[in-house]
Formats: sequence, C-alpha cells, structure tokens
Amino acid sequence: MKLLRDTWLVYQRQMLLVLRSPGWIAIGLIQPVVYLLLFAPMLKAALGTATYSAAYRIYVPGLLAALAIFAGLFAGFNLLGELRTGVIERFRVTPVSRVALLLGRALRETTIMVVQGAVITVMALPFGLTANFGGLLLAYLLLAMMAMAATAISYGVTMSIKTDAALAPVMNTVSQPLALLSGVLLPVALAPHWLRSIADWNPFYWAVTGMRDLFAGDVGAGAVWGGIGLTAAVMVAAVAWTSRLFARRVS
Amino acid sequence: MIETRGLRKSFESRKRRQTTTVEAVRGVDLAVAEGEIFGFLGPNGAGKTTTLRMLATLLPPDGGEATVFGADLRTDPAGVRRRIGYVAQSGGTTDDVTAREELVIQARMYGFGKSEAQERAGTAIGAFGLSEFADRPCKTYSGGQRRRLDIALGVIHNPRALFLDEPTVGLDPQSRNSVWTEVNRLRGEGMTVFVTTHYLEEADSLCDRISIIDHGEIVAEGTPDDLKREIAGDVVIVGLGDTAAKEGRAAAAQKALADQPYLRKIELPQDNALRLYVETGATAIPLVLRTLEGAGIEPEMVQLQRPSLDDVFLTKTGRTIAQS
Repeated sequence: MKLLRDTWLVYQRQMLLVLRSPGWIAIGLIQPVVYLLLFAPMLKAALGTATYSAAYRIYVPGLLAALAIFAGLFAGFNLLGELRTGVIERFRVTPVSRVALLLGRALRETTIMVVQGAVITVMALPFGLTANFGGLLLAYLLLAMMAMAATAISYGVTMSIKTDAALAPVMNTVSQPLALLSGVLLPVALAPHWLRSIADWNPFYWAVTGMRDLFAGDVGAGAVWGGIGLTAAVMVAAVAWTSRLFARRVS
Repeated sequence: MIETRGLRKSFESRKRRQTTTVEAVRGVDLAVAEGEIFGFLGPNGAGKTTTLRMLATLLPPDGGEATVFGADLRTDPAGVRRRIGYVAQSGGTTDDVTAREELVIQARMYGFGKSEAQERAGTAIGAFGLSEFADRPCKTYSGGQRRRLDIALGVIHNPRALFLDEPTVGLDPQSRNSVWTEVNRLRGEGMTVFVTTHYLEEADSLCDRISIIDHGEIVAEGTPDDLKREIAGDVVIVGLGDTAAKEGRAAAAQKALADQPYLRKIELPQDNALRLYVETGATAIPLVLRTLEGAGIEPEMVQLQRPSLDDVFLTKTGRTIAQS
C-alpha cells in the first residue's frame, strides 16, 4: 500500500537524521533524569509507601507520561523548523502521500520518546524499581500512543495558529494542566473529589493510571484497557484531524 | 505545453479585526511551448512565485484553469506532479545529509525502487558535476554547489517541465553562469524550462520567450527581441547630476522636453537621469540639447543606447524593475 510504503520511507529518512545527531535524544533526557534523581527519592516518605520499589512504580509511569505530553506537544517546533527550510515543500511537489509526510515525522517523535522512556526505566532500576516484562511492554504501547497523540495535536495546532510566536504560549497553557490532571507528579487518587471528577474527563489520566497498574503488574485492571482504548481513540482522532489540516493547509 | 487561462489567487490578511484582501495574481494567461526556456519576469511581489506555486500544485488557485502537458491542475494534481519538477527559491536540502542521499530519497519519493533510485542519483551526480562533493554533507556546500544540487533534485524523475523560482538570486556571476549552463543543457535534452527572474539581462540573453507580470497581471509577452522591437528606435539617457531632483531640475527638464515632436515617450526612472525614447538617437541628441539649453538646464552627460528589457519594463509599467 502506497501510504505504508511512503510513511516507512519518510520515517527511515527521519530516523537517519536522528542518528546523525543523537545528542538531541540525550538532551531530551536531562529533565526527566533530574526529576528521577532529585525528586523521586522523596516519594517513599511523601506517599507513605512501604518500599522504594512501590514509590518508583507510582512515579516512573508518571514521568514517562510527562515526557510524552511535554515532548509531544512541543514537537510542533520541529515541524515548524522543517517547514521553514523548504524540505517539506520539496517533497510535497513529488507524488508522495501527504499523510505519509506527517506520519513519518510523528513516528520519529514517538520512537524518540519510547527510547527515552526505556532509558528512564533502566535508570530507575538501581533505585529499586521492579516491573514485570509483559506489563512493561503494554506500558510502552500506552506511552507510544500518548506520544503519537500529543505529537499529532501539536502538529495540528502548529498549522492552525496564525503566528509562529504563539506556539510556545499556547502549548504551555495546554500542557501544564493536561499533565497535572493526568497525575504525572502525584496520583490523582490523592486529590479532593472535585479535582478527581475533572481528571476523569482527561483521557491521559486514564493512560497514566493504566500505566501505573501495568508497572504494578496488574494487567487486568480496568484502567489498563480503558486507558489503552481512550488513548487509541484520541490518537486516531488527532492524527485524522492533523492529516486533513496538513494536506490542505501547509504551504 | 503549459497553458493557463485566467489563473487567479488572492490572500487575506487580518490585522486588528480588519480583513484586507491582496490580489496576488489576477487572471494570468500563459502559453509555454514544449522545449523552450520561458522567462517569467517581474519585480518582487508581482505574483511570479504565487503563479509558479499554483502551477506546481503547492497552492490551490481561486479561479482559472491550467493544464501541464495534458494534466489538468484542478482535477489531476497528481498527474501534474509526475510531469513537473519544481525548485523553490530557497531550495530545500537538509544540512546533515549528503547530495547522494538527497538524490536517492528524492527518487524514492517519486516512487522508484531502491536500486533504480541509486542509479538515478549516480547519473545525476555525473550530469550535474556533483561528484567532487556528493558524499559530503550539504552544509559544507557553496551557494552554487547547493543550487546545482537543487536543480538535480528537481529533475531526478526526468519531468517534461522544470519550474525554477529565481534560480540565480544571491549567486556569484560564475555560479549564475553554471546554473544557466545546466538550464540550457536540460533544454537541449528536450525539457521545457519555466524560470522566474528579476534579472532582465539574464532573461534577455537566455530565454526563448518571456512574459512580464506586474501587480498580478501580464503586461507584456513575446520573445525578448520582439518586445524590444516594439519600443523601436533608440534610448537617449540624459544625466542631470546627483542633485537634480532636489533642485527641481529633473522635473523642469521633463516638462521642457515633454511636448517635443521627436520624442515618443519620456521616463524619469531615477531622480537624476531621464530616459527619452526617440526614433533616431543621432538626430535627436542635438535637438534635446537645444531644448534643454532653452530651459536653462545643462545636462551632466548624454548617452545613446539600444532599448533593453529594462526599457520594455519601464514603458509597460512606468517603473524600473529595480524601483519596484
């Protein structure tokens, strides 16, 4: 199928570029690693968990989700840069699928975030994090879908706003409440009732809760499949929306 | 063959709740014959790039029709894409990859398989003289090297027509020459080349036919020679000195000469020199000098020229291309 072939082509090219300057992956890791080292150790006492392992099983999924939300929502800046160089325009004159030009890029962002997520998980092991392998794989699937959804939303907003300078304030305004309402720092279960009822409407809250259940080894938990279903729905909707915008509006 | 009829495009810009519509292209008719170098001339903002981007399927027209070698722009943009190559003014290469990698991915984007794409890249590297730097990253290239790569990318799929947007802007004379060498070579291979430029001299010596666009409308069309012949006669340039405008001498001279019977047209494109369009320069010069003397104006210099495309542009638009 042409779309798959073209997406793979764009993705390969994008990954080649990532491998040419791998330093950006490391730079993207600085913030989560800082939180892992300087914030997470307080959580055993703060959350009152019995072991460090339990505290990290709560915290690390939140950290991965925060990575997907922030890095994903700010991915529009990379798109903006490429639009400015004229590379995308050059490819738009070829018969390559327009959607593939977008999907290949979004998949690159997703891949980077999953790799970063894996590094964070490994770095948390010495602190006592334990997780079962199957659960971990499903958790990464959730992470990938969140990353893809956030990236697609970011691309869509990038193409919708009139001035490029507005992108940073818009994304800051959206990403902070979205991340906090997903319980990336502390579980929303600790929140008062009103805050929890707001969070219930946030698909990413279900994704984060599902990831925590997966890290805890509870593959059958309702939040796991609810989170996967909701995140998948958001991802599909965001990709469809942004693809249409891209095919029509990018100039 | 590339044909357009009534091609239109306007842009809306909003400022403080007020919407202003800019008509960038207002009904452009073009006819480009197969195998010719067609020059599309006009000042910045005249609508050249907008027209080109519409023909390259990057921008949907608001109205009008266009066909590119039989493919209709509206109903078959994919067909147009297969038939054309397009090189934007800013190019579009990535700093960290090599010319060879760019050529291979470009061919792959046109649907060629891996080995065919590599073969085409190799051929292009030879044909465009890129071998010296083909395996170095693009960020190390000079402006001229980058431009040659841009053109090679534009024709990797052997299109019927190539669209070049201001291919020589910002290049040194030597690189400009090498761009035109490539363009001529492609034409020699039967390709139709549609090139925008605001360098009139270049267009004069290198294009088979040209169209001049100003404020979104075609104001002149033909071979460079035909267009210059339309003006006929000679151009007498009367320099009035740097301070002519300030002292009112330029306007005074223009007024004094305006009604003279031997004068077909007079233009004051710069503040300090008049351009007089006359039948025969040799006989007009003494008359011009006498008229000016009568008005008490002493010219700083008088020069006789054959009309150039600059004069065509000036007589069609009332401005020089440098002014607009």
